[in-house]
Parts: sequence; C-alpha cells; structure tokens
Amino acid sequence: MEIIILLIFISLAIAIAFLVAFVWNMRSGQYDDTYGPSVRMLFEDKKKEKADIKTSKK
Amino acid sequence: MRGTIKDVSPFIDIKCYHCGLPCEDNVITLGGNSFCCSGCKTVYEILSENNLCEYYELDKAPGVSLRHVSEESYGYLDEPQVRKKVLAFASYSFNRVQFSVPSIHCISCIWLLENLQRLNEGLIKSEVNFSRKQVTIDFNPSKVSLGAVARLLASLGYAPSITLEGQETIRPINHSLITKLAIAGFCFGNIMLLSFPEYLGVDETDHRLKLFFSYLNLFLVLPVILYSARDYFIAAWKSYKLKQINIDVPIAVGLAALFLRSGYDILSHSGPGYLDSLSGLVFFLLIGRWFQSKTYDSLSFDRDYKSYFPLTINKRIKEEWKPILVYDLQKGDVIRVRNMEIIPADCYIHSAEAFIDYSFVSGESKPVYATIGDFIYGGGRLLGKPVEFIVEKKISQSHLTSLWNNEVFHKTEESRYRKIIDKAAQKFTWAVMGLSAITASYWWLVAPSQMWLVVTSVLMVACPCALALAAPFTFGNMLRVFGRNGFYLKNADVIERLAAINSVVFDKTGTVTHGASEIKFTGHLTNEELGWVKTLANSSTHPFSQLVSKSISTESLAPIINFSEIPSKGVEGVIANHLIRLGSPFFTGFDGEQNSKSKVFVSIDGLVRGHFSIETSVRSGMQVLISKLSSKIPMYLLSGDHGLEEERMKNIFPSNTKMYFNQTPLEKLHFISNLQYNGFRVMMVGDGLNDSGALKQSDVGIAVADDTAVFTPASDGILKGEQLQNLNQFIKLSKYAIIILKVAFGISFMYNLIALGFAVSGHLSPLTAAILMPISSVSVVGFSTLAVNWVSRNQLNKKN
Repeated sequence: MEIIILLIFISLAIAIAFLVAFVWNMRSGQYDDTYGPSVRMLFEDKKKEKADIKTSKK
Repeated sequence: MRGTIKDVSPFIDIKCYHCGLPCEDNVITLGGNSFCCSGCKTVYEILSENNLCEYYELDKAPGVSLRHVSEESYGYLDEPQVRKKVLAFASYSFNRVQFSVPSIHCISCIWLLENLQRLNEGLIKSEVNFSRKQVTIDFNPSKVSLGAVARLLASLGYAPSITLEGQETIRPINHSLITKLAIAGFCFGNIMLLSFPEYLGVDETDHRLKLFFSYLNLFLVLPVILYSARDYFIAAWKSYKLKQINIDVPIAVGLAALFLRSGYDILSHSGPGYLDSLSGLVFFLLIGRWFQSKTYDSLSFDRDYKSYFPLTINKRIKEEWKPILVYDLQKGDVIRVRNMEIIPADCYIHSAEAFIDYSFVSGESKPVYATIGDFIYGGGRLLGKPVEFIVEKKISQSHLTSLWNNEVFHKTEESRYRKIIDKAAQKFTWAVMGLSAITASYWWLVAPSQMWLVVTSVLMVACPCALALAAPFTFGNMLRVFGRNGFYLKNADVIERLAAINSVVFDKTGTVTHGASEIKFTGHLTNEELGWVKTLANSSTHPFSQLVSKSISTESLAPIINFSEIPSKGVEGVIANHLIRLGSPFFTGFDGEQNSKSKVFVSIDGLVRGHFSIETSVRSGMQVLISKLSSKIPMYLLSGDHGLEEERMKNIFPSNTKMYFNQTPLEKLHFISNLQYNGFRVMMVGDGLNDSGALKQSDVGIAVADDTAVFTPASDGILKGEQLQNLNQFIKLSKYAIIILKVAFGISFMYNLIALGFAVSGHLSPLTAAILMPISSVSVVGFSTLAVNWVSRNQLNKKN
C-alpha cells in the first residue's frame, strides 16, 4: 500500500503543473478576448500573395 | 474614380453597401454598389484600391457610417508631450500604441483593423481586442507618425477615442479573482478526493495512511485559507473596526472556526477535520463573487466632464496656430474653434459672430446667437464658421466644471445604502452568537470537556455560505437579463436600489425628446422650388438653414446669384430668375400670427409659400412608458430648456406631473437632493452633461444613449434609447429580484437550522458537514437562477 503515497505525490505534481499553466496563461492575457481569436482563425491568409500581385502590377 | 449623384424617390429603400443604413437624401453609386454618403464611398475606394474588399464579404454592410463624423486632424498627437502620454512603448524604430475604438462591432472590423499594414507601410502589426474594443498597433515612427495612424483609423470610420486620463489608465484586467477561484477549486477537488477513503471507511490497520491523507489535506488547505479566502478576513476585520456587521463577519468566523477545529483534530490525531467543507465553501463563495462581477468593459460609467472636452485646441502663438492641451489654457489666450467643436473654457468672442449650441450643457435645444465681445460659457458647441475666442477662465474654474466641485462627486456612493444582505447578516450574526452562548453554557454544565468542540461546530455550520450566494446569483442573473435587453448596469448592487425607487425624474432634451430636431414643411412648393430652397439654405451657415437644407431631398443644379445673409432676419438669393427669401415672417413678408420662434418662412418672388417648423421629436416609446408609470410613481420633468415646449410636454405627461424649466445643472442636482430630503428614493433619467450632477445625486441615475459607443455621463446604468419604454418592466423585475432573494434567504436558513440541529446536539460528523454544505449552496444557486430566468421571461414577454 505504500506505493499509493508515491502515486498521490505524482498525481498532485501533475495537477499542480496544470494549475500553474492555467494561471500563467490567464496572466499573459490568453482569456482576455474570447471572441477575437475564434474569428481570426477563419480569416484566409492571403496577405503575402496579394502583396506580390500589387508589386508586380507596379 | 468618381461617383455619380442621382435622384431617388425616398420611398425606395436603398441601403448603403458600406454601412447598411438607408440612403436618405442622395445615393452615390460606384462599381455597382450604392453608398449613402461620400464618406462611405471614400472608405470603399480606399479598400478596393488596396485589395481589401474581403471586408465586405465577411459580414454584410459592416462599415461605420461616416455621415455624422466631424473631421479631426489628430495633429496634436505629434506633439512630443502628448505622444509620450499616449504611446505604450516607444523606441527609435518601434512604437506601440493602444487605442480604444468604440465603433468595433463585427468580424469585418477585426479583419480590416488587423490588415492595416496593407494600407500603410509604416505599420508593422495591429491586433484587436474585441471584447474591450481596443486595437493595439505597432508602427515604425520614422515612416509614419502617430497622428497619421489615428487619421488612417478615422478615415476608415474607426475613429479612436483619446483622453489623456483614459490612456494612462486603460484598465488592466483584474485576474486575481480568477486566480483565487482556480486555486480554491484545485484544492477543493484534491481535498475531497483525499477525504473519500475516510468516509468510505478505510481499514483501521491503515492508520498511517489516514494520517498521511489528513496532513496532506492540511497542507492543501493552506493556500485556500491564506490566499483565496483572504478577502473575507480583511473585509470582516474592516467592518469590525467600523463597528458594522456585514455578511463577511459570520463568514470569516465560520471559516476560522472550520480551519482551527480541523487543524486541532488533525494535529491531535482525533479526527480527519472538516477541510473538504472548508475548501468547498470558499470555492462556492468565490464562484458567487465571480458571477456577480460581470462588467461591461466597453462601456464607461465613470466619465466626467473631461471626456467631453477636446484634448487640444488651436492657440495663437506669434501669429501661428498651434495645437496645445486644453488644460494648459490661461486667461487671455486666443484660441480658434472650428465648426462642431466644443468650446473648452469660458471666454469672449474675439472675431465675427457665432451660433452656439448649448444643448450639451444646459439642455437648451435652440442654438444661441452671439457676437463680438459676448461672453460664452465653456461646453457649448460651435456651429458654422471658425471663430476666435479669448479665454477668460481656466478650464478647471469655468461655469460648467464648477459643478464637479459639488460634494456629491467626492463621496463614495455605496456608503449611503444599507444592503438587504447586510441587514440579514446582522440579525443572523446576533442569532448565531446567542445560540452559541446557550449551547456553550448547556454543555459546560453537562460535559465541560465537549464544550469547545460543540461551540466550534455551531460556528462552523452557521457560516452563511448559502446566504452569501443568494444575492450574487439573483442579482448577477438579473444583471445579465438586463444586459441582453439593452439595459447595462454598472454593478449588481444597482438592482437593489432600483427596486426601492418611488419617484422618477426625467430630463427633457435628449431623454423625453430626441436631441435632434425634426423639420416639417407646411405650405406648397413644387419639387423644383424645393431644390432652389435647398440650394439657398445650403449657402448659409445658420443652424436653421442647415436643418432646412438637410430635410430636403431634391437637388437643384441652378446656380445662385446675389446671395446675401442678413443677420437675425434671413437669407435671400436669386435662383433661376426667382428671388427666394428664407427667414423671419417680417423678412419674407408674412403677415399672419407672429408667434413663430421656431419657424422658417419661405417666399418666392415676394409671395409667402409656407414655412418650415423646427421641432424636437418625442422619443418613441416615451408615451407608452409614461402611461405605464403614471398610475404608480410620481414623475417630474426637469429641463434646461425654456418653457416653449411646456404645452407639448403637458400632452405627454399626466396632469399632476410637475415640470420645471430653465434649470441649471446645479439646480437639477438640488432638486434631486430636495426630493431625497423629503424621503423619496429618486431615479433620474437623463442623457447630457447637464444632467451629470442630478444623475450622480439620485439613488439610481440612468443615462439614455442611442448609441452605446458615444459618450454617456457618469451614471449607474446605461439604457439604450429604443428600450426606454421597457423601463417600467426593468423596475418591476428588480422588485421581483428582491422577492426571489428573500425566498433564497429562507431556503438557506432552513439548511442552517438543520445543520445547527446536528451541531447543538454534538452529532456533526465531517461527513454530515461535507454533504449538507454543498447541497445548501447548490439548491440556493439553482433556485435563484431558475426563478430569475422564469420571472424575466414572463415579464419581458408580456409586453409583446
């Protein structure tokens, strides 16, 4: 049964790592704007292509 | 590319391709798309030239109307001292600025604002924070200036709103509550897990394992009690020092009792303690706080007069006009103010004549005429040509800003109210103390060794967790319901005050009536003649002429000859060989009744053809609201306007409504405090800067805004103009919220009584506590959430 003590320490350590990661994410502003990123990922990334067309026209 | 202007009948509903508003006066077409004004067309041109038309594909008519935007040069942003204040980061080749842009509203906005670098090479990167309506822009200052960045934004319809204070205090998001909640939740989960073996009955032989779990729990509860629950102890200590008992006192006592008793049990090896109950309690309490803390980040409830004034003004320095900060204005400075700009300080007119619109300051809806040497109060809006002024008083000492020296603006608001929850908490605390004393004396007589254990159990279960949750969830839910219906409150406490309202004071201009004027023509003119009148009116800068010109949709291409403007009489000119006059009855030759203050007469070739009457229109829904309120609550009308519209107001309001005209902002404030002195709880409904004092003084100050992106004065709540008719429902709902809260109190007391029964008799096991506490919290939360949603759905559907 002694092994359970080790297991509990391991599981706590992992859980604490997740907690720390969450707090860190939040403080760095990841959850500040929940709407923007959800639409931003849908924008097609044509920036470079279009810029090329523009310069080639000139 | 040039757009063509064509005539359209107003009956065909054409919507602008850019902003989606109906095209009213004329339609400009370009590339197969219609635009309502040249501003919208220009934005389209800029975007199509730069291959940015994807903007229009993401969302339908996503643009921001540029019809009512006055041009601003933002030149002042390039002044070194202003720049330093506005920039978030500055180095030689890299600057970062954070602008608050109220007009951000859709996907296309995000897309366009994040592709700004395709419009200007100097921009490096831009990022939008949608929920806070902010855009952060990185740019290269050697290629583009800060002023040019702001101009670029404004030219696309995303004018940044810049105030120097605002820029310094762009509110950092407060993460500490969530952090506390996360830690409490984490510890609660783990402690519960580690407590299970105890409840399920581990073999007695595993005594060592039990001890290990207990010590681990004790270790895990430390961050909960020391960090997550810190605020409760601090608040309880503060209220103890103020000799007031609020809800935090019994909570802090309960938490302390739980912690000390559990610590004692564990360290003395006499039991597992109540640590799962303790951490669960803190977790639930923090959820309640978090639920109540809903804020409308993009709205501002604390604006004072400074947000209304321009940031800079053109001042004459050695024959040159230079922008300087308005706060640096000194007596004797010569400044120039342009059309539609606000005059920042009390001053004298130095050049020419001017029309000043004081509606902002006083509620007076008609522009005032002033000429050289006249004294002008700061806060008025200049209409017409640029005018020079000589500053008489510094901005902080002017007539308008003196209102802010009144004491209402300096005391904290909440202290005036004793919240329901605190009243309940006080009774509750006394009851618990009495009960503990009785229990203590009983056990002291029966079994003195058990006394402390029983007393701590009483204090533990008396911890009013469910009680403390009832208010946040009831009010928090109500706050969300209101928000969905266009009524944004500053915080959840306002609901309680709203429920206690027993008189309503309305402001006239901008609240009962629209700020904007409505023009009606009485008489007969052909379409061609209407076009001439428009041309004539268009040539004059008089505000009435501008209103008349705007109200006519037919254009005439005939040129105007011999145009002349005779001050305080009218304008005349010859168009297509007809002499057209526009102005006072005497000037145009009208010989009927002379009571014609807000009428503009038209004569063609000496023959009076009719008149334009200028009226402010009553808000739709106002009539409905008043008829709903009239039987229940006494109403008052305050207006900074003269009494001209008294008759009209009498038709709208019931006969017993008291009306006061010619009220200064300070008089409005005193009126409210007088009502309060007579025992009334007053709701003030207003809109302008002139109502600020009254809004602040009243128990609930509500600002009415047609567009929540524009300025609203400091208030407790912002109500969308179109929701005004539902104000009655909102008041009713807040009364229901109080009833729901009281029922929730009842439920939580019931659980407390059950738990106390266990505690007093000395039978409170850790397992009982661990079951009872979460159940009571969950049932109170569930009840108040369901009840609020049910009541609000019922109430808000009834109106339809």
